[in-house]
Amino acid sequence: MLRYIAKRLLTMIPVLIGISFIIFVLMYFTPGDPAEMLLGDLATPEQVDALREELGLNDGFFQRYFNYMKGLLKGDLGKSYVSKMPVWDEIATRLPVTARVAFLVAIFAVLIGIPIGILSAVRQYSFIDSITRVFALLGITMPSFWLALLLVLLFSVQLGWLPPSGLYGPIYYIMPILSISAVSIATITRTARSSMLEVIRQDYVRTARAKGQYERVVLFRHALLNAMIPILTIIGIQFAGGLGGAVVNEQVFAIPGLGKLMVDAIKARNYPLIQGSVLVLAVLQSVVNLVVDILYAFVDPRIRSQYSRKVGKKAPKLAVAAAAASDEAAATTLEGGDI
Amino acid sequence: MSDDKLLEIKDLSIHYFTEEGIVRAVNNVQLSLRRGETLGLVGETGAGKTTTALGIMGLVPDPPGRVVSGEILFGGRDLLRLNKGQMRRHRGKDISMIFQDPMTSLNPIMTMGDQIAEVIRLHEKLSRADANRKAAQVLEMVGIPAQRMNEYPHQFSGGMKQRVVIAIALACNPQLIIADEPTTALDVTIQAQVLELMSQLQSELHTSMLIITHDLGVVADSCQSVAIMYAGRIVESGRIEDIYEDTKHPYTKGLFSSLPSLSTKVKRLKPILGLMPDPANLPAGCPFHPRCDSCMPICTELDPQDTGLGNGHMVRCHLYGQHDAGEDLA
Repeated sequence: MLRYIAKRLLTMIPVLIGISFIIFVLMYFTPGDPAEMLLGDLATPEQVDALREELGLNDGFFQRYFNYMKGLLKGDLGKSYVSKMPVWDEIATRLPVTARVAFLVAIFAVLIGIPIGILSAVRQYSFIDSITRVFALLGITMPSFWLALLLVLLFSVQLGWLPPSGLYGPIYYIMPILSISAVSIATITRTARSSMLEVIRQDYVRTARAKGQYERVVLFRHALLNAMIPILTIIGIQFAGGLGGAVVNEQVFAIPGLGKLMVDAIKARNYPLIQGSVLVLAVLQSVVNLVVDILYAFVDPRIRSQYSRKVGKKAPKLAVAAAAASDEAAATTLEGGDI
Repeated sequence: MSDDKLLEIKDLSIHYFTEEGIVRAVNNVQLSLRRGETLGLVGETGAGKTTTALGIMGLVPDPPGRVVSGEILFGGRDLLRLNKGQMRRHRGKDISMIFQDPMTSLNPIMTMGDQIAEVIRLHEKLSRADANRKAAQVLEMVGIPAQRMNEYPHQFSGGMKQRVVIAIALACNPQLIIADEPTTALDVTIQAQVLELMSQLQSELHTSMLIITHDLGVVADSCQSVAIMYAGRIVESGRIEDIYEDTKHPYTKGLFSSLPSLSTKVKRLKPILGLMPDPANLPAGCPFHPRCDSCMPICTELDPQDTGLGNGHMVRCHLYGQHDAGEDLA
């Protein structure tokens, strides 16, 4: 098992190199000049050129990539063009805010999504199930910023119960969590429902009933545990996505998180900050995927026995499927983080 | 006479209510099973055998299935009148079931020991350690070394899994075991082993058994009486000698003549022509009449009633009905 974890951590290195290259290339070819944006409309061409020289923007592609990678290897993400602070420090002040929101969102979504999903599966085609499916569909299709705006209109403007923006106390978290978690709740509910539906028809669930087991235990110990793998995958994807910051919702609620930081950085063509944030997110995503894969092993002894197999044996089917799931997840976050 | 009847099913009908219509899976079934006896329930796929068994277990999936009428007397008590909790206490303790496919009947993420101990702890007041000890004994009884308690189903072969399924069924010394095609998913050598194991354990523990199968060979090996099921009805039932030596119903005859025989040389096996009718759309009259060699005009109109031929031999066919179409026919 430890060997498996070590192997997974090592495979993160080429992934990160690849991601850093892609994001560097994207930034290189993105139109817009950071120097002009920093100095504003009144700057003379000479001033702009001097700043470009200072930021190293006049160097060729390979020179710039080389400098960037040299910094990376030393653990230096560079300095923000705007604040002149180290990128690492900027991220370190913002990430905890986003992580806290993402964590609360994940817990909230799991606590709501899984029970509703189970209920919906157990009472398939009932009234509750229909309602659940309608709301799950709404939750997935409705843009979360729109929901955020509606919430602000209702609770802040009309009723005046909740503060519309900022993050200064527990009460400030309510609307961001509600709006951001809608998608997660809907996704987790749907996954829990379909996964449970598949499992409760299995013969071993019938065996458990034939033993005279209590229905509650049948559902949780025999069915839910077996249905957990897809649910865990989805929770991991949702949580990792949340770490990328609910980019738009952080704007709506003026939350000083990573998403807002990235949007501001992109607007200013603040290359080091963009590259640094994406890289940090990629690392977090990989770690979350690894944690999810380890959780698989706790749930399913078949996966456990495959992890503990000696390296070099033919790749087992289930592990391959799990790896494919994490790749997919990585792709999802990148899209999200890249706006 | 009625005292030694462990299980008596009277007029049981189970229907599935689907969007396409009502599927009449089990219709007015009569069955009885004495203590210590083994009854074979034989029929083609889709004849309603498994639904009957699930009916006895109280495990008919609802929705869409529902017991429409009838009584299932177990030791004199009607199981259909019990509430959920009372029925739950019977399951696994007094009546247990061996399922068809051992590959999928065990929980893949629980150890074999835990799966056996689960049923023991549910019905006997034992500590965890004692339940595990008893689970180990039961495992040894079905011929699996107790050291393998902590292994998972994926580490077992199909035959071994079926042994564990049998161990789960036997763990609480039930009065009745329902074995739903216990050997269908196994290869032939393992089939023989499993059957031998079951009959050996049955004689040791004096359990009654209901074996569901489509294999008349299995029935001849291990049953004292037999019931032939067709389209949700018992068409013929009785002691095994009566059924095998004095076959009455055309369907039963068809079943036998579709079997190869070791003693007589037959050039060609004779299949029963046609297919079993769709249980959602049964033909009028006797459901077997479209495939029957001895079909009479009355068969297309009137569903025959049970006719007793003495000695517990029952047949449901107009050939032997009240109007006496002829005792020596065929």
